[in-house]
Amino acid sequence: MSALILIELNGSEVSANSRAAITAASQLSDTIDALVLTNDASNASSVSALAGIGTVKMIVDDSLEHINVEVASRLIADAMSGYSFLVSGSSTFSKNILPRVGALLDVQPISDVCEVKSNKTFVRPLYAGNVMATVETSDETIVMTVRATAFEHSGDGGSASVETISATIPESNSEFISLQESESERPELTTAERIVSGGRGLGSKENFALIEQLADKLDAAIGASRAAVDAGFISNDYQVGQTGKVVAPKLYLAVGISGAIQHLAGMKDSQVIVVINNDPDAPMSRMADLVWQVDLFDALNELNAYQV
Amino acid sequence: MKIIIPVKRVLDPYTQARVNKQTQQVDLTNAKMAMNPFCEIAVEEALTIKESGSASETIAVSIGTDKTVDTLRTALAMGVDRAIFVKTDTELDLQPLHVAKILANIIKREEAELVIMGKQAVDNDNNQTGQMLSGLIDYSLGTFISKFELSSDSNSVEVCREIDSGIETRKLSMPAIVTVDLRLNEPRYASLPNIMKARSKPMETIELSSLDIDTSPRIKVVSVEESGTKDRASKQINSAEELFTELNQMGVL
Repeated sequence: MSALILIELNGSEVSANSRAAITAASQLSDTIDALVLTNDASNASSVSALAGIGTVKMIVDDSLEHINVEVASRLIADAMSGYSFLVSGSSTFSKNILPRVGALLDVQPISDVCEVKSNKTFVRPLYAGNVMATVETSDETIVMTVRATAFEHSGDGGSASVETISATIPESNSEFISLQESESERPELTTAERIVSGGRGLGSKENFALIEQLADKLDAAIGASRAAVDAGFISNDYQVGQTGKVVAPKLYLAVGISGAIQHLAGMKDSQVIVVINNDPDAPMSRMADLVWQVDLFDALNELNAYQV
Repeated sequence: MKIIIPVKRVLDPYTQARVNKQTQQVDLTNAKMAMNPFCEIAVEEALTIKESGSASETIAVSIGTDKTVDTLRTALAMGVDRAIFVKTDTELDLQPLHVAKILANIIKREEAELVIMGKQAVDNDNNQTGQMLSGLIDYSLGTFISKFELSSDSNSVEVCREIDSGIETRKLSMPAIVTVDLRLNEPRYASLPNIMKARSKPMETIELSSLDIDTSPRIKVVSVEESGTKDRASKQINSAEELFTELNQMGVL
């Protein structure tokens, strides 16, 4: 009963999602190997340093610099021979690939696992997290993604052996053209300890700078509601919620966010929630540990000017 | 070029899901149902492509009991040309693998070159069916798209994908499957005349049992519990100083 982790790399670093996947896999199996698809063999070093990994399996090819899902899913399905579990973190990287692997293996994957109850039984959210379901699979091979906010992020300290798999890279029927990445010096949204999040109430892209200023003061990441992203105040990768990113920081400071259930689904597990809003009836306010009912611009100006 | 748009009937997204403690399932009896919002976006995109002259026909497909016909009528009223209703006699717990197998059958039968569907349904939030369908029929795949541009010869499509690190642009060869994200378009409303007209549009019914697809559940829901947002203390504060003092005491700064 061994497990294979599909590793997601950010540059040469192992993502927090993958580290959570290792923790989840450790509750399923004593033998955990890691699979890396990359164009750069030197990426083996950060993966072999992960604690708890037996063997790092590398598939290295120039074409893997930008993953084609059709190619990756074939390679992963082939690499699954001998493994009972394929585990990866819930991210757009895995959500794109793992279901396709599941189809190739004739397996029904399990999305967004939040708790491992047994080798066959898992807890996962339905209805934007308003319902938690305990599900039991009858598949022989289990393919799953796990929520990075629900499992500890496994650390370094290992020295796994590295094995290069010589795989024939299949022809691809799609091609990468470009990646428009958001550059930011701030902490990464899904792993940040503090998040300052802005909503429609900010009114404009220019005003959203006040959120950025406060985030810098608190050494926090920036988040946004769907309404703020739809209105073009900030790009899509900052969206928190059911279809965006799921976060659980120590501090979530929501400014001008009314709190649609789809947004609450993405942040309700935050340790401390602060709401700044002038609407006392907003659903967001009931979620708050601290509420400041005020014109949000007055509040942001006062906070940004405050000498800590 | 034929476009297939799979659509799903789900609990109205603005309605709170309730658990029936006896059956240990989400209770949909008498609940308000609607087309999955991501499916509406998929329908809108297909209609836009058809209106631009690049598609010959748009076909909505849904699977379920007789009530599912409502969802297909909604798609027809929005402007889809015809519908295929895959009928089940009872409420089955169909999972993405089953749905993908059923859709694969329909797509082959129709020889459709393009499938446009929602990236997830807001009931089970699986985010799997499009990807699985692509694996079964080996169509190229573009998930979570916020932009769709067909090449002038209709042999490929350029899509923008909303991914965790930003926006990825890819070129997909046809035939292709795309799963749509929220910002692709604003779905239209069905006008009253179009709702009337939809009643006479063609709808083919196919018995699921006639397709010879194994639909035995792979995953069983053992139990469910409501875990909605819990109200918190909501202590009122009135100044930046007060806020920073509280946050310091809580140890979160």
